[in-house]
Amino acid sequence: MNSDISFVFLQQYWWFLVSVIGSLLVFLFFIQGGQTLIFNFKDDLSKKLVINSLGRKWELGYTTLVMFGGAMFAAFPLFYATSFGGAYFFWMLILISFVIQAVSYEFRKKSGNFLGAKTFEIFLLLNGVLGVTLLGVAVASFFSGSPFYLDESRGVHWQSTLIGLEAMLNPFNISLGLGLLFISRMTGAQYFINSIDDPNVRNLSRRQTLVNFVIALPFLLYFLFYLVTRDGYHIDDGGVVSLVKYKYLSNLLELNISGIGFLLIGLLLVMYSVFLTGFKNSNKGIWISGFGIVLIAFSLFATAGFNNTPFYPSSYDLQSSISIYNGSSSHFTLSVMAVVSLFVPFVLGYISYVWKAMSQKPLTSQEIKDDSHLY
Amino acid sequence: MELNDMVNVDWARAQFALTIMFHFIFVPLTLGLSFIVAFMHTFYYKTKSDFWKSVTRFWMTLFGVNFAIGVATGLIMEFEFGTNWSNYSWMVGDIFGAPLAIEGLFAFFLEATFFAVMFFGWKRVSPRFHLISSWMVAIGSNLSAFWILVANGWMQYPVGTKFNPDMGRFEMTSFLEVALSPVAMSKFIHTVSSSFVVSALFVMGISSWYIIKNRHLKMAKASIIIATVFGFISSIGVIATGDHGAHYVAQTQPMKLAAMEGMFKGERGAGLTLFGLFNHNKKLGDDQPEYFFEIQVPYLLSFLSYRDFMSFVPGIEDLVYGNPKENIMGAAEKIDKGKRGLRALDLYRKAKKENNTQEAAAQRLIIEENEKYIGYGHLNAPEEIVPPLAIVVHSFHAMVALGSYFVLLFLVVFAVVFTNKCEKFKLLFWISFFSIPLGYLASQLGWIVAEVGRQPWVIQDILPTHKGVTHIATMAVQTTFWMFLVLFVILFAVEMSIMVKQIKLGPDDGSDSQGGGAHE
Repeated sequence: MNSDISFVFLQQYWWFLVSVIGSLLVFLFFIQGGQTLIFNFKDDLSKKLVINSLGRKWELGYTTLVMFGGAMFAAFPLFYATSFGGAYFFWMLILISFVIQAVSYEFRKKSGNFLGAKTFEIFLLLNGVLGVTLLGVAVASFFSGSPFYLDESRGVHWQSTLIGLEAMLNPFNISLGLGLLFISRMTGAQYFINSIDDPNVRNLSRRQTLVNFVIALPFLLYFLFYLVTRDGYHIDDGGVVSLVKYKYLSNLLELNISGIGFLLIGLLLVMYSVFLTGFKNSNKGIWISGFGIVLIAFSLFATAGFNNTPFYPSSYDLQSSISIYNGSSSHFTLSVMAVVSLFVPFVLGYISYVWKAMSQKPLTSQEIKDDSHLY
Repeated sequence: MELNDMVNVDWARAQFALTIMFHFIFVPLTLGLSFIVAFMHTFYYKTKSDFWKSVTRFWMTLFGVNFAIGVATGLIMEFEFGTNWSNYSWMVGDIFGAPLAIEGLFAFFLEATFFAVMFFGWKRVSPRFHLISSWMVAIGSNLSAFWILVANGWMQYPVGTKFNPDMGRFEMTSFLEVALSPVAMSKFIHTVSSSFVVSALFVMGISSWYIIKNRHLKMAKASIIIATVFGFISSIGVIATGDHGAHYVAQTQPMKLAAMEGMFKGERGAGLTLFGLFNHNKKLGDDQPEYFFEIQVPYLLSFLSYRDFMSFVPGIEDLVYGNPKENIMGAAEKIDKGKRGLRALDLYRKAKKENNTQEAAAQRLIIEENEKYIGYGHLNAPEEIVPPLAIVVHSFHAMVALGSYFVLLFLVVFAVVFTNKCEKFKLLFWISFFSIPLGYLASQLGWIVAEVGRQPWVIQDILPTHKGVTHIATMAVQTTFWMFLVLFVILFAVEMSIMVKQIKLGPDDGSDSQGGGAHE
């Protein structure tokens, strides 16, 4: 590995940043989860409320996805080139699911939309199901590996005829994808409770919070069980990658508070939020579960990339595995981007300010009736 | 593998051209209409009149419909860099990724955050904060244009960059050189101001339709005044930066300039062809004329290029075969140097593997000597450096003609509306209405000149387009090409249908057919 301390520091700093952005993205999946609940709201008013409350936030989630991609590209271009160029159909499927989201809110109810409102509601449903499940599968493949090798000039050669879709056939990957989908449906429901002041919407959402949490649980437990018991990819001091027993368990333990700590605290927070929402009639569940989800996701990203672990391992050719050390941008670029990253708190600051200004009062049926600009 | 890559590159290029040309139908309107809406919103904020509120809301609705589809198509490109151009992403990601990430952080969040306030903040936030939000969306959109043009400018003129033989890729050596590159600056201003022109044509054209139909006259006239003033000022910017741009193209991409002008033999005191009938059968080295007929401004090309009426502007043949008299190196020599560099790279890697430091150092020296030409090493014949000529020549001349026409149109329409003589010039408003698509055409042509004119390079001189593609079955790229095509056709049809419907409905100003003064 590189002997230059500050280079290594920057590589780690950038994995930290990517993990933070990724964790926030996972939290924002409540938008996608919420989209999959649209059809549960049968009456027109409830549906309108639900779609309009999501419509004010969807761009934030979308932009965070773009930011996650951009940060990965700038900081770890080898990952970007390998995964996108290799798992071709997989990423194309994710792409399409977000492209159809971007037009749906704006087009759905506008006169002149000859495809009908329902088409775009189905688009939103598809984005919710595919977007979240597949991105969950992508994160799981950070641990289970992908079938590729890199040639001398770092060109990627994918070793599966399904070019990417094979990731969806792995039960370990799929368990995280589906677990994440149902957790997002849960947070989607919690978001509705928080942002819509309407008894029908709130009652149905409380039920959905419980139901989806219960469904998510076995998938997540399955994933966690296999994560801590499986062999993991490890880079030794000479840069050679090998499979090591209980690698991810030891990562979680060695990362201490930011590993096993965040994971357990996060799980507890999520459970507490379900309790508050389902049994204590609280409207604040989304914030508690949201914080918990950020912690859990961060611990997973940290486990995948820190502690001499290649975050994008190759199951076909171990030595082609990509780590934050061999896959990063140059020392110079990482330091320029580190300066740029000092503006992140500023951006987060104005986003929170605007969020607060726009959402301090929950949406009501009265507002929906008064406003001519609607989704 | 090589053959597969050659077929692949055509499909990957077709797909990228499809996506970016489709994307760029929506971008100009986002860039310009956001400002026009912000102006209107400002009038509303100042006057508190219902009239300006309805005008603002009307154009804001059209802005929103257009914006959504621009956002949707923008994401496709970010993905395509990786999926279809993974070798490109690896070779230059160290430089190219940075402006993309900065664009996301600084511009996209600004747009996304304030977009919701702009549309839904009428009653939820203070009028002042609401107005600021409209401005933030306009600033955010244009800031995003800046960063993406920094990235594109770098592809035209790769500054602040060095080849790293250990990694086998290009790396950034100076961020400021990349971000403040004069080529990027001039591209940014040219693109943004021309997008303002497209938006001004859009607003003017639709308002003209209302005038023809005798509906919403007050709103239509007010919108026309704003649009023509905005459009005229922007047109001046387009022309100024067009000149500026040509100057940089001459310095940094002489082949592109020669192709734009269809100039085979270089000359001193070269004239600028404004209009002409290009000879498609003309081949390198033959005696056929370049144009069957042309209108030329003498000496202008020399002046635009080097700020000297008598300077030598190299033609295509000078650049392909070299011109020792004018001190221009031919492509054959560059290819030779490039191949020497690539061979040294192979030997360098081998020496490194064998821990032969002396040999490695020697080869590294050879790589550095030939670094400037290393991209040429992937070419085989000097003629390969010539871009497709006909499309570049025609696109360039059509763009210039359209740009000049727009200036005139803005002036005339402004004069007629300002002096309140609309009834006498119905035909003018039809012309104005049918000029909407011409604005879009001009902006697409501009991009064709910039991107096709750069071929065979994806990064000028350092990476040929065919070396940037992913090694993947052509079938995969074909599949997604058709998928995108179908998707775009559907989305475009819905978008147009919604737009037309919204325009037919018109603004909610409570007075459908009464006329009135435009300026108040």
